[in-house]
Amino acid sequence: MATFPEYIAQNEERDGVRFSWNVWPSSRLEATRMVVPVAALFTPLRERTDLPPIQYEPVLCSRATCRAVLNPLCQVDYRAKLWACNFCYQRNQRGPQMPLVFLYVVDTCMEDEDLQALKESLQMSLSLLPPTALVGLITFGRMVQVHELGCEGIAKSYVFRGTKDLNAKQLQDMLGLTKPSAAQGRGPQASQQQPLSNRFLQPVQKIDMNLTDLLGELQRDPWPVTQGKRPLRSLGVAMSIAVGLLECTFPNTGARIMTFIGGPATQGPGMVVGDELKTPIRSWHDIEKDNAKFMKKATKHFEALGNRASTNGHIIDIYACALDQTGLLEMRCCPNHTGGYMVMADSFNTSLFKQTFQRVFTKDVQGSFKMAFSATVEVKTSREIKVCGAIGPCVSLHAKGPCVSENEIGTGGTCQWKICGLDASTTMALYFEVVNQHNAPIPQGGRGAIQFVTQYQHSSGQRRIRVTTTARNWADAQTQIQSIAASFDQEAAAILMARLAVYRAETEEGPDVLRWLDRQLIRLCQKFGDYHKDDPNSFRFSETFSLYPQFMFHLRRSPFLQVFNNSPDESSYYRHHFNRQDLTQALIMIQPVLYAYSFNGPPEPVLLDSSSILPDRILLMDTFFQIVIYHGETVSQWRKARYQDMPEYENFKHLLQAPVDDAQELLHTRFPMPRYIDTEHGGSQARFLLSKVNPSQTHNNMYAWGQESGAPILTDDVSLQVFMDHLKKLAVSSAA
Amino acid sequence: MNVNQHTPMASPYGQPQPGYGQPSYAPQDGGYPGPYSPYNGPASAHQPGVPPQGPTRLPPTSAPPPASAPQPYNQYTHSQGDMQNGPPPMTQAPPRPAAAQPYTQGHVNMSGSLPSYPQHYGPPPSMQQVTNQMTGMQITPGPPTSAGPGYVPPHSSQPPLSTAYSAAAQPSYTQAPPPASSAPTQPPPASGPAASQQYYGGPPPSSQQPFNSSLPPTSQQQFTSSVPPPPSQQSFPPSSFSGPAPPPTRPQGPPMSQSQPQMPFPSQPPFSAPPPVSQPGFAGGPPPPVQGSFPPQPTQPSSQPGSFPPPGPPPTSATSGQYTTSMAQQPPPPTQPSPYHSGPPPPRVQMPPTSMGQSNHMPPGPPGPLQQPPAQPGMQTGFPPQQNGAFGQVRGPQPGYAGPYPGQPNYGAQAPAPAPSAQKRLDPDAIPSPIQVIEDDKAKSTEPFTTGVRGQAPPLVTTNFQVKDQGNASPRFIRCTAYNMPCTSDMAKQSQVPLAAVIKPLATLPPDETPPYMVDHGEAGPIRCNRCKAYMCPYMQFIEGGRRFQCGFCSCVTEVPPQYFQHLDHTGKRVDCYDRPELSLGTYEFLATVDYCKNNKLPQPPAFIFLIDVSYNAVKSGLVSLICNELKTLLDLLPRENPEMDSVVRVGFVTYNKVLHFYNVKPTLAQPQMLVVSDVSDMFVPLLDGFLVNVNESRQVIESLLDQIPEMFADTRETETVFGPVIQAGLEALKAADCAGKLFVFHTSLPIAEAPGKLKNREDKKLIGTDKEKTLFQPQVGFYKDLAKDCVAQGCCVDLFLFPNQYVDLATLGVVPVSTGGSIYKYTYFQAQADQERFLNDLRRDVQKQVGFDAVMRVRTSTGIRATDFFGSFYMNNTTDVELAGLDCDKAITVEFKHDDKLSEETGALMQCAVLYTSCSGRRRLRIHNMAVNCCSQLADLYRNCETDTIINYFAKYAFRGVANNPTKAVRDTLVNQCAQILACYRKNCASPSSAGQLILPECMKLLPVYLNCVLKSDVLMPGADVSLDDRAYLKQLISCMDVTETHVFFYPRLLPVMKLESGSLPVAVRDSEERLSKGGVYLLETGLHLFLWVGASVQQELLLNIFGTPSFSQIDPNLTSLPVLDNPFSQRLREIIDSFRAQRSRYMKLMVVKQEDRSELIFKHFLVEDKSASGGASYVDFLCHMHKEIRQLLS
Repeated sequence: MATFPEYIAQNEERDGVRFSWNVWPSSRLEATRMVVPVAALFTPLRERTDLPPIQYEPVLCSRATCRAVLNPLCQVDYRAKLWACNFCYQRNQRGPQMPLVFLYVVDTCMEDEDLQALKESLQMSLSLLPPTALVGLITFGRMVQVHELGCEGIAKSYVFRGTKDLNAKQLQDMLGLTKPSAAQGRGPQASQQQPLSNRFLQPVQKIDMNLTDLLGELQRDPWPVTQGKRPLRSLGVAMSIAVGLLECTFPNTGARIMTFIGGPATQGPGMVVGDELKTPIRSWHDIEKDNAKFMKKATKHFEALGNRASTNGHIIDIYACALDQTGLLEMRCCPNHTGGYMVMADSFNTSLFKQTFQRVFTKDVQGSFKMAFSATVEVKTSREIKVCGAIGPCVSLHAKGPCVSENEIGTGGTCQWKICGLDASTTMALYFEVVNQHNAPIPQGGRGAIQFVTQYQHSSGQRRIRVTTTARNWADAQTQIQSIAASFDQEAAAILMARLAVYRAETEEGPDVLRWLDRQLIRLCQKFGDYHKDDPNSFRFSETFSLYPQFMFHLRRSPFLQVFNNSPDESSYYRHHFNRQDLTQALIMIQPVLYAYSFNGPPEPVLLDSSSILPDRILLMDTFFQIVIYHGETVSQWRKARYQDMPEYENFKHLLQAPVDDAQELLHTRFPMPRYIDTEHGGSQARFLLSKVNPSQTHNNMYAWGQESGAPILTDDVSLQVFMDHLKKLAVSSAA
Repeated sequence: MNVNQHTPMASPYGQPQPGYGQPSYAPQDGGYPGPYSPYNGPASAHQPGVPPQGPTRLPPTSAPPPASAPQPYNQYTHSQGDMQNGPPPMTQAPPRPAAAQPYTQGHVNMSGSLPSYPQHYGPPPSMQQVTNQMTGMQITPGPPTSAGPGYVPPHSSQPPLSTAYSAAAQPSYTQAPPPASSAPTQPPPASGPAASQQYYGGPPPSSQQPFNSSLPPTSQQQFTSSVPPPPSQQSFPPSSFSGPAPPPTRPQGPPMSQSQPQMPFPSQPPFSAPPPVSQPGFAGGPPPPVQGSFPPQPTQPSSQPGSFPPPGPPPTSATSGQYTTSMAQQPPPPTQPSPYHSGPPPPRVQMPPTSMGQSNHMPPGPPGPLQQPPAQPGMQTGFPPQQNGAFGQVRGPQPGYAGPYPGQPNYGAQAPAPAPSAQKRLDPDAIPSPIQVIEDDKAKSTEPFTTGVRGQAPPLVTTNFQVKDQGNASPRFIRCTAYNMPCTSDMAKQSQVPLAAVIKPLATLPPDETPPYMVDHGEAGPIRCNRCKAYMCPYMQFIEGGRRFQCGFCSCVTEVPPQYFQHLDHTGKRVDCYDRPELSLGTYEFLATVDYCKNNKLPQPPAFIFLIDVSYNAVKSGLVSLICNELKTLLDLLPRENPEMDSVVRVGFVTYNKVLHFYNVKPTLAQPQMLVVSDVSDMFVPLLDGFLVNVNESRQVIESLLDQIPEMFADTRETETVFGPVIQAGLEALKAADCAGKLFVFHTSLPIAEAPGKLKNREDKKLIGTDKEKTLFQPQVGFYKDLAKDCVAQGCCVDLFLFPNQYVDLATLGVVPVSTGGSIYKYTYFQAQADQERFLNDLRRDVQKQVGFDAVMRVRTSTGIRATDFFGSFYMNNTTDVELAGLDCDKAITVEFKHDDKLSEETGALMQCAVLYTSCSGRRRLRIHNMAVNCCSQLADLYRNCETDTIINYFAKYAFRGVANNPTKAVRDTLVNQCAQILACYRKNCASPSSAGQLILPECMKLLPVYLNCVLKSDVLMPGADVSLDDRAYLKQLISCMDVTETHVFFYPRLLPVMKLESGSLPVAVRDSEERLSKGGVYLLETGLHLFLWVGASVQQELLLNIFGTPSFSQIDPNLTSLPVLDNPFSQRLREIIDSFRAQRSRYMKLMVVKQEDRSELIFKHFLVEDKSASGGASYVDFLCHMHKEIRQLLS
C-alpha cells in the first residue's frame, strides 16, 4: 500500500467502501473544519468473486424449550418442506425459502406499435425469470385490471375503477384474498400462502404459456379518446393496487413491481395532468410559479405508495416511455424509496427500453440474478464516531442506537436503512460525525471502525448477510493536517458533496443550493489551499484536491442541479440515477468522459472542453445517460462523401468504426442503457456535446475567433477558467 | 235489478247474434244476407244496403237496430238454429248485456224504462229478504220483472225462487239446445225457437203459466211475457224440446256437451230436471210478483221503445234467473239462460218497440249512422254496421224483456216463498252467475266489433271477437269502466263509479286484425294542436275549407300546414279522410322525428343484458346451467320488427354473486374474457368494446362463454349476493353504449352482501294485520327508488326473475322493475327438474315479446275531465307524463279520470293516449290511441253502460297500491264501502221503488259483488297463513300491470269440466265453487298464473286411462307437471286445451294435478273463489248478503 490512491482503490475493491477522508480528524471541531464531512460511499453488494458463500442464519427448532439447530442428522421432508428435530421430535417448517415475485403493471393507453413492442418485451422477460419465480399481471387504462393467471378457457381479471383508491383491506376483500387470514402476518414462510395468492401470482413455469397468450391478447385501452383529449390513465390506482396486492400476499418478501407507462396519470389519485390536451403537463416554470395544481397531491400519493412498498420490502420500477413527460417527478419516490429503477425512453419500441429491460434480468456467473431484494443495511461505529444519515435509494428503519447522531444528514436518525432493491452498483452515501471532544486524546488504538451489516434476500431465495468492517486512523488535525489532507479522496468527496447538494435541491431553491455548494468549495480551498492572502495568483492546491474544483464546476452545470432545459421528469430521472450509482458512474455523470479519435494517433481522452472539438476528430462522449459520437466538420464531410465505402480509404472506415465499437461496449455494460447519439458538426443533436463541454470558447471571447482549434459555444455560461479565477479570488480574499 | 237488465241485454244480444250469425246465413241469401237482411229488415233502409255487406254494416245503421231487433227474433230463431252451438248462442246471449246497456239507455231515456225496472223490483219486494233478493236478483233478471221478485223470494225461500227460475231456465235450456241443433240444420226456426223456447220451454209450462199470457212457455214467464210468446212459440216448438230438456238433471250434462249443439238437448233434460225443482218455487213465488210487476210492464209497453229496453234488462235478469236455475244445473244452465234470452222470441213481439228502443240506443246509434254512411261506402264500414245491428238486436231482446216482466211477477211470487226460508240459505244458483254472464256475452258476439260508435261498450274480455277499427281504439288497447261518463263531477261523486280506462298501448293483436298503420308527417313531425298538443286524430274538425282545424280536446284552432292541406267534401270531411289513418282510425303510429328523441339524437338500437346470479343456491338448483343452455337458442329469437331480418338488439352478459363478472365476447377473441368487478360500492362498467355485441357476429365466443359459465362456478361456495350493483352495472353499460335496453336479472336471495342496496331480513309475521303491516310493502331502503329514477332516465328496463328459497324482500327488490316497466317472475324453491318448463317458457316469451323502450305516455282528454291517477309499472316525474323505461305488449296502465269541469252530452268525452317509444329496432315511434265515450246527465245512463271487469281492474289496482300506505283492513273497508255506494246510488236513483229489503243490482254490475269479493279475498288483501310477504308483494306488483282480461281470470278463475271434450269448442265453464265439482268429474282450473287439473275420486276408469294412461285413481302421480302424451283423441284434445290456455296467457302456467281429497287440494280450493276461503274470506253468498246490508245502511 504505497499511496493513498492505491489504498483507496484496494479498499474499494475489497469492501465497496470509499471514504471522503481516509484519515479522520480526531475531534468534532476539527472534523467540521474539514468542510467535507467524514462520509462514505458504500456499495453493499459490490461484486466479489472470492466471497465465501454466506450461510443461512442457524435454523432453530421451533420448540421454545429445545431450540436445537438444524443438523445433518435431522430428517427432512423436502416436499412438505418440513424437518423433524432429532432431539425433541418437533416437526418444523423448513428454513425460509422465499420466492421471487415479479408483478408487471402495464399501461394499455399507448400506440399499437408501442404496445406491441412492450408485449414482446414482456413475453421475452418470462424466459429470463427463474421457473419458480412468481409473476403477476396488472393492466390499466381507464380501468385497472388484475389478471387471474392460469385460468383455463376464459381469461379472468378483476377490474377496478381508475378513480378510486383502495386501501389494502378493501383490496384484499375485493380480490377475495381474505379467507385464509391466518396466514397473514406470518411472513413469507407460511406455505399456505402459496395457494392464497395463486390466482394472481403464479410460478412462471406453470403459467408461462398462459401468460404469454394473455400478454399477446392485450389490447389497447378500448375506451374512446375524443379529439383533444388524453387517454384516461389510471396509473395511480394501478400502482396502488399492485402495492396492495403484494402487501397482503407477500409482505417482507422480495418482490418487484415493474410499471410500464406510456404517459402521465390523467385521472384518479396520482393524476398529474388533466385529460385536456390543451393544458400541458407542468413544467419547472409552472412549479416555480406554484402553478402545478396536481403535483402536490400526486406526489403525496406516490410517496405513500413508495413508503408502503418499502415497508414490505417491495421494489417499484418505473419504465416510462413517452415523448412527453409522464409524471416521474411525482412518482420519483416510488423507485427512490424502494431501490427500484426509473427508466425513461421515447418509446417502448426502442432498443434503449428493450435492452435496458432485458438487462434488469442480468445474471451472474452462478446464474443468479444480480439483483437482490429487501435488504437492510445497519451501520455500527466505534464510539468516537456516529452516523448522521444516508443518501441513496433507501428508507429509514428508525432504529435508534448509540451510534446514531442527533445531527441528521440525509435520511438520518437511524442506524438501519432499508434498500428494497439493490444490485452490484447500488451505492449509498453515509455521513458520519466525529464526536470526540476537541483536545481529547486520540482514541485508543488510533483507529476508528465502522461496520456495515447488510442483510438481504438473494435472488436464489436465501436470506444472506454481508458484513463489511472498515477502520481508519485518527489523526490530530492540528498537528497532522498534512496527513489528513493527503488522505482526502476527492472523487468520493465530490460525489458525497454532490449527493448532499442534490438532496438539498429536492427541497430547496436551486440558487440556494448552488450558493451553499460554492461556499463549501471556497471554504475547502481556504482550508487546504496554499496561497497568499488576497493574491489569487498565488493559490495552489495539492494534488489530492486538484480535481475537486473542476468536479464542482461541472456539478454546478449538471442537470442534477440545473433545471434549465430539463423537464421536471428529466431532472427526477437524472437525480434518481445519480443517487444510486457507484462512484465511477456518478463521476461520469458529473463530468462526462470525452475521447478523441483521429488519424493522429490512438484514441485518447481529451479535455471536456470546447477546444477539444476539432474538425478532423471524432469525439466520443459518455455522460452515462448518453453516448454521443460526434464527427468533426471535416470527418463529417468525408463521411457524407462516403469515403468509407471506398477500399482505398479503409483506414477512414476503421476510424469511423472505432468509436462505434467503443460505444457498443459501453452500451452493453451500462444500466440503464444510455441514449446512443450519432451526430456531427452542425447536427441538431450536437447540442448534447456542446452543453457538456467547458465553454472555453464562446461568442463572447472574441479572441477565440478564427483560431484553428475548437468550436465556440453559444452560451453565456462561465467557462472553467473564469470559474477558477473567481474561486481563487474568493478563496484568498481576506474578507471571506 | 241490473240483473234484469242483463237478461234483457243478453237476450237482445243473443237474439241479435243469433240473428246475425244464423240469419245472415240462413235467412237471407242463405249466407250473410239472410242474417243481415233480417237485421236490416228492421232497418229496412239498411236491408238494401245490407244485402251486399250490409249485414255487418247494418248494425251500424242506427235505424236497423230497431228493425233488426224485431227481425232478429225471427232471425233468432234462425240464428238459434245457427247457434247450433245451442250453448254458444246461449253464451252469446249473455254477452249482449252490452246490448242491454243500450236498452238501459232506452230505459233511461224512458222514464218508463225505469218503470220497467220497478216491475222487476216489484217482484223483489215480495222477495224482500236479501237472500231472496240475491236469488231474486238473478231471477228477476231472468224475467226482468220477475227478477226483482225473484230476489225477494230468495231471501226467505230461495229454493222456491230458484226452483222457479230453474224451471224457467231449464225450459229455456232445453229449448236453447234445440235451437242450436236446429239452427244448424234449420237456422231460422230452430234458433229462434230455441232461444225463446228455452225460456218458454221447460219452465214456462209449469211455473210460467201465469206468464203464459206472454208466452206459452211459462218459464218464460219473464221471457215469454216479455215477448217471445209468439215468436218464441214458434221457436218453442223446439222449446217443446226443451220440454224434454226439463229433465232437470240433464242441464249440467248439456252444458258440458253444449259444444254439441244437438246433444245438449238430451242432456238438457237433466237440466230441465233441476229446473223443475226450482220451478216450483218460482212458479209459486214468481207468478204473483210477476203479476204485480206486470203493471209496471205496462208502463214499459207504453214507453215501449224505451221501456222495452228496460225490459231487456229484465230478460237478462231472467237469464240470470235462468242462471240460477242453470246454476243448479251448473254449467249448462248458464249457457242455456242465454238461449233463453235469445228466447226473446217474445221480444219479437215487442220488437217493434224494441226497435224504438234501439232508436233510443241511437246514442250509440248516431255514431252508428255516421259510421254507416262510411261503412256502406267502404267495406269496412259494412262491419261497423253489423255492430250496430248487433245493438239493434240487443234491443230486440228488449221486447223479449217485456215478456220477462210478466215473468217477474212470478218471481215475485216465488220470492215471497223463498223469503220465508232463511236468507242464510240463499241459493247460490239464484245469485248472479259470472258464468252465465260470460256465456251470454259470448252468445251475443258473433261478429266483428266495430269501434265507430261512440260510447259503445265492447264485448266482455272473456268473449272472442274480432275488432274493426273505425275511429276509436280497439278494446284490446283501451277499455273503460264507463262508456257513458257523467257530465258533472257531482254526478260522478254521487255514483262513486270510478272513471277509468285500462290502456294496453302495445297490446298484441290477433293475426286477423291489422296492426296499427304507420303515419309519416315528414320532417316537421306529427301535426298537433297548437295548444294542448294533441296529435292529429279523427276528432279534429277541419274548418275554413280545410285550412284550419279545431281541436276536439281543447277547441283551439290550428293552421293546417301547407303540405297537409286537403279540401273538404260537402259534409265537411277532408277528401282524403279515409286515406289517412290518423283521420279515420282509433289507433295508428307516427314516425317520430329527431325532435322526439333524447338529446335530439336518433336512438341506437336497444341492448339486452343478461345478469345471472351464480351464487351457491343458483348453481345448486341447476338454474345457472339451465339459463346458459337456454340462452344459446334464445339469442336467435330476440325481438325484431321485420321477421325477415336479424334482430339488431345487442346482448351482453354478467354473472354475479357478491361481486360482478362482466364478459368480453368480442367476435375477434378466441375465448371470452371475464372481468371481475368487486368494488360493488361504486359500480362501473369495466369494458366498453366487446360487452354488448351482435349475436351473430360473436356467436362462437358467446357459446363458449355459455358453456363455461356453469363449469366455472360449479364449485362455488359463495352464498352472499348483491343486487343494487347488479342493476347499476346494467345501467352503466347502457349509459356507456348510449342506448336503451332491458336487463334480465336472474336472482336467488336476499342481497345481504355489503353493497349499496344491501337488505336485511325484515319479514315479521307479527306485523301482519297491524297498522304497521303497510311498512312491509314499502321499500326497505330508498336506494332503489333513486336507482329506478336513473334507470328510467336512461331507458333501462329491468325484468327480474326471482328464485328464492326464503324471504327476499320482493317489495324492495321489485322497486326498480316496477318503476321501469319491467316484469317480475318468481319461482319459489326452484328446482331445475320440476320448474324448468315454466321458467324457460316465461323466459322465452319475455325475451321474444315486442317491447318499446324509453317510452313516455301522455293521456290527453277533452276539457272537462283530466287523467289524475295512474296505476301500473312505470315512473312519474310529474303529474302528466308516464315514463316507461320499457313497455312491452303485456303491460297495461290503468288511468283514472276526474272532472275538472263539465262535459257535454253532445261532444262526449274524448281521450287520446300518445306513447312515444323506441322500437326494438331502434326507431322512434309515437303510438296514438283515441277513444271517445258518451256523456250523460242521467245516472241511469251511467249505470247502463259500465263494464264491471274494468271496474274490478281499477279497484284491484287501487286497493293493492293502497296497502303500502294504509292498513289492509282499511283498504278492504274502503273497497266495500265504495262498492256499496255505487250500488246504493243505483238503487236510490235508478231502480224503481221497491222494498228496502230487496237487493237490486244494475244489470251491467250485477257481478260487481262477486268479483269484488274475489279482490277482497285475494292474498294481497287477506293473506292465508301460508302466504308469504313476498308472495303478496309479488301479486301486488303483478296485478298492477294487468289488463282486464288478466285481472278477470285472475280474480275469477276459469273452471272447465273436461269430462267430455270436442274439437273446436271448449266446454262451458262452471262456477268457482266446490259444489260445482262432481266426484266423477275432471276439471281444469286456470287463473292466468296457475293451472290445475282436479280429478274427482270416482272418475271413470276410461277417463283416467284416456288422460293419465292409468286405470286407477290411486296411481295418478300427483307430481305430474304435464300430462302424458297418449294417443287418444281425448288426451290430445285435453292437451290441446291446456296448450291453448297457456298460449293465451303472458306467463306460462305450470300444470298441477290435484286429486280429490289429496293434500294438494287445499291449494286448489283456494281458487274456488265463490266458497269461503281458508284465510277467512267470505263466500259469495255471504258477501252478497253483507253487501246488501251495507247498501241498506246507506239507503236508510
